[in-house]
Amino acid sequence: MSSPLVFLPVLLPLLGGIVLWLARRSLGVGRWGSLALAAVTLGVEVALLGLVRARGVQVMFAGGWVPPFGITLVVDLTSAIMLVVSGIVGLCVLGHAVQTLDPDRERHGFYALYQFLFMGINGAFVTGDIFNLFVFFEVMLIASYALVSLGSEPGQLRGGVHYLVTNLVSSTLFVAAVGTLYGLAGTLNLADLAVKVARAPDPAVFTIPAAVFIVVFGVKSALFPLYFWLPASYPAAPLPVTAVFAGMLTKVGVYAVLRVFSLVFTHDPGYLHAALLVVAGFTMLLGVLGAVGYDNWKRILSVHIVSQVGYMIMGIGFLSVAGLAAAIFFIVHQILVKTALFLIAGLAERATGAYDLGEMGGLAGRYPVMASLFMVAGLSLAGVPPLSGFFGKFLLIRAGLAQGEVAVVAVAIVVSFFTLYSMMKIWRYAFWGEEKPAGLRPVPAALYLPAAALVAFSVVLGLGGEALLVLSQQAAAQLLDGTAYVMAVLGAR
Amino acid sequence: MTSLILRTVARVSLHLTLLFSVFLLVSGHNAPGGGFIAGLVAAAALVLQALAFGVEHARRMVPVDETALAALGLLLAAGTGVAALVLGQPFLTSGLLHLDLPFWPEVKISSAFFFDLGVYLVVVGMVLQVIFGLREA
Repeated sequence: MSSPLVFLPVLLPLLGGIVLWLARRSLGVGRWGSLALAAVTLGVEVALLGLVRARGVQVMFAGGWVPPFGITLVVDLTSAIMLVVSGIVGLCVLGHAVQTLDPDRERHGFYALYQFLFMGINGAFVTGDIFNLFVFFEVMLIASYALVSLGSEPGQLRGGVHYLVTNLVSSTLFVAAVGTLYGLAGTLNLADLAVKVARAPDPAVFTIPAAVFIVVFGVKSALFPLYFWLPASYPAAPLPVTAVFAGMLTKVGVYAVLRVFSLVFTHDPGYLHAALLVVAGFTMLLGVLGAVGYDNWKRILSVHIVSQVGYMIMGIGFLSVAGLAAAIFFIVHQILVKTALFLIAGLAERATGAYDLGEMGGLAGRYPVMASLFMVAGLSLAGVPPLSGFFGKFLLIRAGLAQGEVAVVAVAIVVSFFTLYSMMKIWRYAFWGEEKPAGLRPVPAALYLPAAALVAFSVVLGLGGEALLVLSQQAAAQLLDGTAYVMAVLGAR
Repeated sequence: MTSLILRTVARVSLHLTLLFSVFLLVSGHNAPGGGFIAGLVAAAALVLQALAFGVEHARRMVPVDETALAALGLLLAAGTGVAALVLGQPFLTSGLLHLDLPFWPEVKISSAFFFDLGVYLVVVGMVLQVIFGLREA
């Protein structure tokens, strides 16, 4: 089914970003314009999800060039779900940013860069060929390089250099892997690749680019042992930037793994997907252990991103409908809750002026709403019923046990306890005890709104998880089968 | 850097280089050339002016803000794609316009030309922004 709606999640941020850049001196245009744009984009993405549910996979061939030659954009259920979540995060974080960001950063093009970032993110979700996946990754990364160092504070630049160098190296590897794949298959269109790899007389050769892709996406999504750059760079940026990076950027890497290792490289699961499971186990465990040692709210949450990415990769490694459905459910839950936790850290910073847990305490007394929001989001992250985190982890663990993957499931359960420990640490230091520091500042009610909206999603996804579960099972079935995707792209000539 | 030779060469070569960049832009549709390389050539001409006469002098030659130039170029390139969407075609579909002018051979204008023009402006804007910024720092 061909539809022009497919390209709007990429086009709207592009056009809006240009206008916001030209009007960057006007704070009113920047704030209200970007909020309106994010709301419209979210609306389009919801409409797109409805369209895909009703009429199946949607495609668009840019310039009218039929695949496998031109640029193909494809939105299946998985892409549509990711787009909607990206829209929600985009709007909520922006709601926080317009209230907290310093005017200097705003005037230097924050809102334009923010839109370009989402152009890259959404582009990676809708692209139908692996080279444009690279291109949209780069669009996203270039915007993120600028966002991470916008403001030029010394800590920011130090973190920015880590971030830049690591990602440049992995992008180089990305091109190398894409080149190898093109040399082997003669195409980069995902649907065409899926057919070619499945029909190859000797599919073992595709294990080489596939393994390189694990490394490339491993850097982008912060997998063991390539996650070292994340704790060094994320906490250095201003809070809205860290929040949107934490919510979306690593998940774009996870999405790439999900797409490529369920549609294309399914020829050798005994090696590739077993490797993913091992990596997932170590990522979960070392990520959560890394968080234990930190006393800074932003750092604890940043290191936790690593641990949670492990869960998603575990689901992908199972390569079954149950495993992939659980992974999709968990990604949705994780993006919303992780972003919420960062925004709550921003609320606490507004009140205390700090992120160090040692410098704050007793916030529960004066800020009961903040405390309850954190409690709900923290418990959801750890996986306490009836919140969305519980169902995400429950589905993953059930899928793992059904396939006899006891070892990695055991790791997942142990890691949940450590996650709970980290959340309780923040709770104990920040919300309990003596009230400090002395000059606590009031937090405006409007600043609660974005975080509260995200936490509400976690509660809704927990209590009414059935709808999302059914949707992610459909999405997983579509991913694993691949026929609908291939037919939509190649059968449309 | 402000030797007599450099200044003389810069003064003489400016218009030639700019003209050459326009030639590259227009011929790029069917022959080697195109918006990207033409933009680089145009930017090189202006950078040479900055080297010979100083950044302020070169800035005065470009009447608009360089980043605005780049943004307008991006808008033009994206607009070419949007125009196709508006006409009910897939994004970026190219169209061809035949013009019959009096006393003039047939002129064909492809919508890809406007895309190239956008690329040209983006490249000129970005290169000038970077080089001028570095020279001033």
